[in-house]
Amino acid sequence: MRPMVARARSGRAVGAVSAAIAAAVVLAGCGSGTSTSTAGPSSPAPVAGSIKGQTITLYNGQHEQTTDALVKAFEKQTGAIIKVRSDDEDVLAQQIEQEAGNSPADAFFTENTPPLARLDEKGLLATVNPSTLSSVPSQDSASDHNWVGVSARVSMLVYNTDDLKQSDLPTSIMGLADPKWKGKLDIAPSETDFQPIVTSLAASIGDAATVKWLQAIKANAGSHQDPDNETLVANVNKGTTQLGVINHYYWYRLKDENGASGMHSALQTFAPHDDGYLLDVSGAGVLKSSKHQQAAQELLNFLVSNAGQKVLVAGDSWEYPIGSGVTNPTLPAFSSLQPKAFDLTQIGDGAKAVQLLQQAGLD
Amino acid sequence: MSTTRERVATAAVPPVTAERRLWPFPRPRRNLVLYLIAGAVAVGLLGPEVFLVLQANGVGWAELHRVLFRPLTVELLTNTVELAVGVTILTAIIGTATAWCVERTALPLKRMWAVLVVLPVSIPDFVVGYAWHSLFPNFIGLHAAAVVMTLDLYPLVYLPVAAALRRTDPALEESAHALGLGKWATFRRVILPQIRPAVLGGSLVVILALLAEFGAFEILNFRTFTTEIFTELQVDTSAASALSLLLVLMGIVVLIGEGFSSGRGRVSRGGPQASRPPVRRRLGLWLGPTLLGLTAVVILAVGVPIGTLVYWLTHSQHTTLPASTTLLSATLATARYSVFAAALGTIAATPVALLAAQRRGRIAKIVERSTYLIQSVPGVVIALSLVFFAVRYVFPIYQTSVLMVIAYALLFFPLALVCVRASAVQASPRLAEMGRSLGYRPLQVFFRVTLPIISPGIGAAFCLVFLSSVTELTATLVLVPTGVHTLATQFWAYQTNTAYGAAAPYAAVIVAIAAIPSVVLGAWFSRRQGDNPVVVGS
Repeated sequence: MRPMVARARSGRAVGAVSAAIAAAVVLAGCGSGTSTSTAGPSSPAPVAGSIKGQTITLYNGQHEQTTDALVKAFEKQTGAIIKVRSDDEDVLAQQIEQEAGNSPADAFFTENTPPLARLDEKGLLATVNPSTLSSVPSQDSASDHNWVGVSARVSMLVYNTDDLKQSDLPTSIMGLADPKWKGKLDIAPSETDFQPIVTSLAASIGDAATVKWLQAIKANAGSHQDPDNETLVANVNKGTTQLGVINHYYWYRLKDENGASGMHSALQTFAPHDDGYLLDVSGAGVLKSSKHQQAAQELLNFLVSNAGQKVLVAGDSWEYPIGSGVTNPTLPAFSSLQPKAFDLTQIGDGAKAVQLLQQAGLD
Repeated sequence: MSTTRERVATAAVPPVTAERRLWPFPRPRRNLVLYLIAGAVAVGLLGPEVFLVLQANGVGWAELHRVLFRPLTVELLTNTVELAVGVTILTAIIGTATAWCVERTALPLKRMWAVLVVLPVSIPDFVVGYAWHSLFPNFIGLHAAAVVMTLDLYPLVYLPVAAALRRTDPALEESAHALGLGKWATFRRVILPQIRPAVLGGSLVVILALLAEFGAFEILNFRTFTTEIFTELQVDTSAASALSLLLVLMGIVVLIGEGFSSGRGRVSRGGPQASRPPVRRRLGLWLGPTLLGLTAVVILAVGVPIGTLVYWLTHSQHTTLPASTTLLSATLATARYSVFAAALGTIAATPVALLAAQRRGRIAKIVERSTYLIQSVPGVVIALSLVFFAVRYVFPIYQTSVLMVIAYALLFFPLALVCVRASAVQASPRLAEMGRSLGYRPLQVFFRVTLPIISPGIGAAFCLVFLSSVTELTATLVLVPTGVHTLATQFWAYQTNTAYGAAAPYAAVIVAIAAIPSVVLGAWFSRRQGDNPVVVGS
């Protein structure tokens, strides 16, 4: 949903960030996904033994298949037991707020960063261990170090290949407002994935123009407003509609389910650094109220470790690994992506985007 | 103990306040105990509203202004009111008409129809919404929402009305007939007054359920206050709470309106011992149109969603989701929670229904009315309020099955209340008096007189709370014990990943086990009424 990251070298971060990245890459290259206090091996050898047999609770707003694979690998490596509670990430954030420092949750794993930012604003998150943070580029984690980025995905166009040629496609997200897409555009504006695009547009063209753009795509979409991105990508693939904007992984998951022969659609990025070409980050944090700080911190550490990131690659998540130098060879190279430079803190808790969507009558 | 003379006098005098009693316990204490029990239930049910006030309290004026005073609010208000009016009228007509056909006509295959027309309640709203949307992607907005919700909710009118029709006293109709009233006049002047509390009660629950509906509207792209509350929940609890309070306010308006229209008339019959099944009318020339109408309702309300499920089942795709539970264990979890919730909800509703049936004074009325309000609050908000209270005051039950059961009982309390109350107002309060006068102890009278009289309502209440619990999703996700998967949560896990093939078996089992109580109930009533006399002439 919201995480967008300053991928390009934007002013303030440069020096420190590149140093951190370099350090992380080197470390990862050496195969060290370290744990907090002890040297945590990235190999499946058991960690320090201290959390073995401990049971911790993870509130999960990530896709269940992603979390399930990661949790199983962590349990195997450490002997800890993880209870997973899955729900919509916004509802889980609400729930943690209402639990007010008494949450049964030890850690919180989300598909997007705003729910984490929101809990952080309320002072409910503990600081993430430095060794964990150093495994991922620093711009992908909270600037106050209270949550860590785990994986990333890219917003792009999905289009039906029977109806459209690549050359028909707009090169900018602004092009979707063109009346020629009337009845052909598919949108899922209530998905949190959509909000970063709104925030990004507002930052570059202003609130009023963004609302106008939103109203234009609302008119183009007409009745093709879907409740979720999975439906959107399936509709485009079936030819119910011709194009839409999604995060890349929804298309790969559909391909997993349909098989290559069942795909009648393709992905296409916008022009480099376009307002719609964004990197979204999935993140995790440890609850300040957790009575299992060590185990929870080790879980976070595992998520960004070489072993954890490789689980992401091996599974059905199709997100880009961003930690410990792990890459996914079946996706277009991460380094080839040219998303807009956009600071995660600009997305914040997503309130701004929701307000604009409300003004346009879309959320 | 009353003397014979008093009893004769009692029987002769029209029901005055002192007679309006089903509650068998001695007067001073009886009142107190009943008020205390019902009052305690009502206070518990107001918990979510208290939570909302606490939350909204923190909202600043600027924020409140942003949320409430914008063009969207007008749109939401218009949407909500138009939908409420349309659906309420449609459900009242369809619910009453189907109940009449099933209970009071010589309909062929009556038992089958009795089950089929209730089935829509057992189909989760998100399945119904999805089925329509996938069949007719352009079917969105007000009309789609009105049609889908009517088909989903009319059983809420059907059930209490059918229960009431079973208990109407045939002697009244015979007298009316003997006095020369025509069929329509008899319906309007004799039968309608008897089923009126049931129709109004059912409609009331329909309106309140509409206010709180989310799943179907999200899919059908229809914006109401509730869909907006979900949006606000993403960013600001206080604003979401303020919007929810607006829903509660609308609920209060509806309740006051219903209070005026329900009037004061009461109807009662001779009592269970004198029970005679109401007569059934031959359909004659009306047989064709009646069957056609029922078939249309069933095809739209049951055929469309079930057909979609069958399509999913037979076109199952590969899914990337892990199998975190089995169908069996999810079924057991769902069944366990729902049975206990149905029992708890029905037991809690009974004292309130009896108090309401007595209709003594403002306090009783306020107690009863206030318990309906919870129905106008979206499930997720109720769940969050339970999180709030449980974490602070009863932490040991947080995220245990106990809280899950309590949550369902609270969520669906109004459904139970409507059913029990509809039966209770039909029973003559004098029977309880007689029981007492014959020397039975209050508890004996309660079990031997009162309970049998209200048993159809209790059966319907149990059935309805059970069905609704089985199909509940948003509150379940928040409150279910960590690691436990119910049919609904598992369906959700698959469905949100559009793994419809994998989701379909869970939806199918939801429908199947939610259908059990309606089948059992339908069969039970059919058996009792198997030998209904049929009156010549339709």
